[in-house]
Amino acid sequence: MKTILTGLATLGFGVMLTVGGALAQEQHSEAEPTHFPIEKPHQESWSFAGPFGTYDKGQLQRGLKVYKEVCSSCHSMKLVAFRSLEELGYTEDQVKALAAEYDIQDGPNADGEMFTRKGIPTDYFPSPFPNDAAAAASNGGAAPPDFSLIAKARAVERGFPTFIFDIFTQYAEAGPDYIHALLTGYDHTPPEGMEIPEGTHYNPYFIAGKSLAMPKPIDDGQVTYDDGSPETLDQYSRDVSAFLMWAAEPHLEARKRTGFRVMVFLVLFAGLVYLVKRRVWANVAH
Amino acid sequence: MSGGHSTYTPSTGIEKWIDARLPLPRLVYDSFIAYPVPRNLNYAYTFGGILAIMLVSQILTGVVLAMHYASATSLAFDSVEKIMRDVNSGWLLRYMHANGASMFFVAVYIHIFRGLYYGSYKAPRELLWILGVIIYLLMMATAFMGYVLPWGQMSFWGATVITGFFTAFPIIGDPIQQLLLGGFAVDNPTLNRFFSLHYLLPFMIAGVVVLHVWALHVTGQTNPTGIEVKSKTDTVPFTPYATVKDGFAMVLFFILFAYFIFYMPNYLGHPDNYIPADSLKTPAHIVPEWYFLPFYAMLRAITFNIGPIDSKLGGVLTMFGSIAILFLVPWLDTSKVRSAVYRPWYKLFFWLFVADAILLGWLGSRPAEGVYVVMAQMATLYYFVFFLVIMPVLGLIETPKRLPNSITEAVLAKSKGGAVPAGATAAPETKG
Amino acid sequence: MSAHDTAEPTRRDFLYIATGMAGVVGAASLAWPFIDQMRPDASTLAAASIEVDISSVTEGMSLTVKWRGKPIFIRNRTPKEVDDAKNTALSALKDPVARNANLASDAPATDLERSAGEGKENWLIMIGICTHLGCIPLGESGEYGGWFCPCHGSTYDTAGRIRSGPAPENMAIPPYEFLSDTHVKIG
Repeated sequence: MKTILTGLATLGFGVMLTVGGALAQEQHSEAEPTHFPIEKPHQESWSFAGPFGTYDKGQLQRGLKVYKEVCSSCHSMKLVAFRSLEELGYTEDQVKALAAEYDIQDGPNADGEMFTRKGIPTDYFPSPFPNDAAAAASNGGAAPPDFSLIAKARAVERGFPTFIFDIFTQYAEAGPDYIHALLTGYDHTPPEGMEIPEGTHYNPYFIAGKSLAMPKPIDDGQVTYDDGSPETLDQYSRDVSAFLMWAAEPHLEARKRTGFRVMVFLVLFAGLVYLVKRRVWANVAH
Repeated sequence: MSGGHSTYTPSTGIEKWIDARLPLPRLVYDSFIAYPVPRNLNYAYTFGGILAIMLVSQILTGVVLAMHYASATSLAFDSVEKIMRDVNSGWLLRYMHANGASMFFVAVYIHIFRGLYYGSYKAPRELLWILGVIIYLLMMATAFMGYVLPWGQMSFWGATVITGFFTAFPIIGDPIQQLLLGGFAVDNPTLNRFFSLHYLLPFMIAGVVVLHVWALHVTGQTNPTGIEVKSKTDTVPFTPYATVKDGFAMVLFFILFAYFIFYMPNYLGHPDNYIPADSLKTPAHIVPEWYFLPFYAMLRAITFNIGPIDSKLGGVLTMFGSIAILFLVPWLDTSKVRSAVYRPWYKLFFWLFVADAILLGWLGSRPAEGVYVVMAQMATLYYFVFFLVIMPVLGLIETPKRLPNSITEAVLAKSKGGAVPAGATAAPETKG
Repeated sequence: MSAHDTAEPTRRDFLYIATGMAGVVGAASLAWPFIDQMRPDASTLAAASIEVDISSVTEGMSLTVKWRGKPIFIRNRTPKEVDDAKNTALSALKDPVARNANLASDAPATDLERSAGEGKENWLIMIGICTHLGCIPLGESGEYGGWFCPCHGSTYDTAGRIRSGPAPENMAIPPYEFLSDTHVKIG
């Protein structure tokens, strides 16, 4: 087994390294890039990264505020229910009050009519547009994506050999890194000669092209924080990225907590089974 | 199940009563307790047991996920998210199932490569090998259909591309594709039938696994020396020797499995599958799950017409051929020596083949352009040359090392550390 | 071929037992998620409540609404129905407990405790499910002018109390509150 594994590793890595090295030399035209994003996102530090990561509740609350006051005017979050906001540290009453800020369409009532009522905790975040076609029509043909899973649905390819190291460093924050990079990535000047289509905005961090339809959505001082956190674009981006990670993976903390217990058990159990195995085979040459 | 006579002796009255009516305890005893296994099996031989437990794990998690899943295009994506968010322990069960599929393939690839290395397909084990290839095919079909169920972008476009293979065949292609899809494109009927078949196929796999184990117990295991069992000293009883060794390997495998479930649950998936399926918008790069990547690379490597066969059909035939060729392996290998341990040249070409498969996998994840295409063509060429040229020719011209007279001799020579017979040093795993 | 060990048997036995126990604990812990997933999920458990407009329910009329997947009978009872129920002695009842989620669990099954309370005695709001085996009883029928369950013949009076038949309990009253004279919130 050991020989097989080392053989596998050496050969595989050897071949891939050679090839990877050769490919790194590939030329890209600055003005007309063909691979996106033009710039890879920076790796930020997140409280929920690593084997013992947990969400920073204050940060999630700030992120929610950014989502509510900025993003939610265009981006829906259909899969997140108000009731789950209790996980952000809000009390039941606070969640009720928060839900009641929204108007929810319900019905039909006994007369067969649809009606509007105040939101309750079991409702989901309402969409800013009645349907996808309306969302596309109001946004130059491209419907703004839903935000429920955006932090898991966007990840910039890491490339070889980083994607192998990622297994050992447990890098799983590509989504928030990307969102943060995108939000702070406006205001760059496109390289000489690059043509930016009308109505789009250059952003070297955008995953699917050189520019995107969304203009810079947020800037310094736009959202008021009441916990004294800096009201800067960078902080807003961090907070909303963390919030969107929570929205996409609400059970992350439970997952890592359970994981630690499972790992401890399995390692101890493996040790025991190994001892038993050694005892059983003690007098048999093999 | 073994060819030898049964050594089961019922002791209590109840055991005798049952044995006279339904000798199930006898079957279990003869197959999993007294069944003799070669004493020199290394850890590469533990993956059969690991695969069995993975199949059970996939069936169990799958059955409970089906309690919450809705196989309609309008509901599928949201029902999976409901499992992830609202169902108690739902996230755990779904991540177990999704990563379990990957782990299943990790184990099956090691299992297959082990078979290729130690010549496990050679007479009299041809049917055992063929049953294994059938299981592998069923696994691929099951995994493919399972990946469609969450109804994300990769689900939809993966289904579109893979069913599109059939359109490569002239005349019959389009009707076959429509038959598979139940329409002109991937839609609700497709999703429903894939769910039905995804639920059915694992039980068919389980059925073929029974045949696979049966065939195994008729011929007995191979072993790293490739020499057949000659006397009782060559073997040990399955329980406790093999059970505890398999058990230890299983727990180690579970550690790997749990690591992905709890810390990297989405690492082996694709982010685009968290975007609901959209039949009007194709993702920038369509990439299959990692375990299909080598075949995907071979599919795309054929960029040229071969005589009357256009490149599309050529790619599809190459891909299907790369799997079909596995059925012929028992007859392609002409060597009289079974194990690569005693075949220095075969060993070299084998490891090159492993590297080639990994390279193909990596190329499958790259965009099909520039230097990647040429590399994929070279790698595909080696894939087929390995089976069609190296295997038959090498068996005729290679001079193998001296074989030990028996398993026991090989084992004793090794454990004494003295006069080691040539090649025995390569028999892995000396500790234990 | 069995392993004859030189170590004292107790230590070896301890190792086997400890490993076996750990295996059992591991298997049991693993079984839990498979059972856990069958329990009602978070969206089901989330306190679901509905608001009902009862302004159109005039005297002698009933309304059935759905709450947590169950039918809720909302009946504006006639004075005769109220009196009939009031004049029934507690001793004549099969189940003397009110079964009213808004009151203490041992509240007596008087008509007042079954109804919406003082000043609203005409309103009877209850889960319209026979306490025998879960069928939905028919309204304004049966010997006592209340409800009659067609499945197995349980008869309820005008306060939804079991009077005869196999059902063991009075029909249950869900948690509710009047938000105004015309709106009631259930749950």
